[in-house]
Amino acid sequence: MTATTERRLPPVAAVCRTRAGVELKEFFRQRESVVFTLMFPVILLLVFGAVLDYDLGSGVSFTQYFVAGVIAAGILGASLQNMAIGIATERSDGTLKGLAGTPMPKSAYFVGKVVQVLVVTVAIIVILLAIGVAIYGIHLPSGRDWLTFAWVAALGSAACTLLGIAVSSLARNGRSASATVTPIALVLEFISGVFFQFSQVPTWLQTIASFFPLKWMAQGLRSVFLPDALAADEPAGSWELGRVALVLGIWCIVGLALCVRTFRWQDRTDR
Amino acid sequence: MQPATPLDPDAAISVRGLVKRYGDSAAVDGLDLDIRRGEIFALLGPNGAGKTTTVEILEGYRERDGGDVRVLGVDPADGGRQWKADLGIVLQSGAGDSQLTCLELLRAQAAYFPDPRDPAEVLDLVGLTEKAGARGRTLSGGQRRRLDVALGIVGRPRLLFLDEPTTGFDPEARRQFWSLIRSLRDLGTTMLLTTHYLDEAEELADRVGVIARGRLVEVAVPAELGGRGRAPAVVSWTDNGVRRTAETATPTAFVRELSGSFPGEVPDLAVARPTLEDVYLRMIGESA
Repeated sequence: MTATTERRLPPVAAVCRTRAGVELKEFFRQRESVVFTLMFPVILLLVFGAVLDYDLGSGVSFTQYFVAGVIAAGILGASLQNMAIGIATERSDGTLKGLAGTPMPKSAYFVGKVVQVLVVTVAIIVILLAIGVAIYGIHLPSGRDWLTFAWVAALGSAACTLLGIAVSSLARNGRSASATVTPIALVLEFISGVFFQFSQVPTWLQTIASFFPLKWMAQGLRSVFLPDALAADEPAGSWELGRVALVLGIWCIVGLALCVRTFRWQDRTDR
Repeated sequence: MQPATPLDPDAAISVRGLVKRYGDSAAVDGLDLDIRRGEIFALLGPNGAGKTTTVEILEGYRERDGGDVRVLGVDPADGGRQWKADLGIVLQSGAGDSQLTCLELLRAQAAYFPDPRDPAEVLDLVGLTEKAGARGRTLSGGQRRRLDVALGIVGRPRLLFLDEPTTGFDPEARRQFWSLIRSLRDLGTTMLLTTHYLDEAEELADRVGVIARGRLVEVAVPAELGGRGRAPAVVSWTDNGVRRTAETATPTAFVRELSGSFPGEVPDLAVARPTLEDVYLRMIGESA
């Protein structure tokens, strides 16, 4: 055996930083992803806020209700839709295969994706809150509600990121991922209390919605933005924060298990 | 059948009895191969002969169904990050579309490797300095391919895989690419090249292997492949409006004699040796 001198690999943390930079540039330089993921919830808030300007009772405007839902939809877009479409594209165009042939630690790829989701999610939330306050005079959460806001957003985002990574393996390419995931996300948004009050959704659709994370994210965020008096309108007559944490936590575990089992660095046709 | 020789531990690549099946058919069917350190080895073969399957097993992308493989002393099935740090891979499909500029892509790629080349120097080496600030997707086909090559060599590989690297190049770009490959060889890089272009193999390769039906049919230096160096010459001329040809081991004597039967110039005289393409086509035809 000839001795080949071992060259010292770069530290994993440094590669993670590189990947995070790559992922942020890839996202923010692509007009489609910026418009689709960042601007779509903003446009929704502007349009719905202008059209549906009515009082829900107890002095709460629909916009105050809607901002919780549109933030949940924004998180869904930044995590599940963004990951499913982005990774499916990278798999079908050979980007993933190229990376798999380098000494890049595989974990660094996922760290980069998580940083991308995190930055985009925070950007969406900040923009939506700013518009909500400036144009529609929504009331920002106060005190402990911020804590609830943080964990619901973080847990929901984690669950949807993992699910998005898992779903990417089902699609043939980015376009087919978009064609599959976008309608599903829209339907979920309609039945999970994003566009309408959840109490107006027929019971059987409520039941379907309650299997998916979006309904629970929206419900958790309503507890942040709405006065506790409105908890009476929820199906259980309360915000059910314990169940929100439980369902989102279960989806994290399911999503992680699916990722580990299904993630591929190469195209299916490529074997 | 010769008795199997053991794996060559000093070789850059050593393969014995490699088998890969897809369903019932064997894409690679008992392939043996040794590639020495520092050489450029060209793998030739028609589509579907098992070239890309073989190369992707060596690169660690595909699992094999049988045989022994060592790449830089390591079984690719167990190849870790340290092993990959010594490889450069230019895939047939190339890298994907990116929003990053050429220089940014190369910097990111360099960050994965322990001892990378300077990204700006690599851009210069492949002739893309002017495109340093251009995004990957704005490049032409040939420029894209040069970027792929740049990404393959920025990690300072000891072994470089080039899978049909010049597809889509114009003749000028191909010549530039060839001189790039020669300068990499001068730096001691071992290269495994697959190509459809026989002139490319002849120009670059120290040795050529022809693969057909999942087996290596022959390995030789380009000038001797298929007994090319010893093959008879073909003399052809026109006699009374009829085209005539003759095979001869002594073309000089033959032409001297032939010239005696004509008053002046022998009409349309030509002396030809089989080209690499001739012997290649004959070899893959025989094995089919």
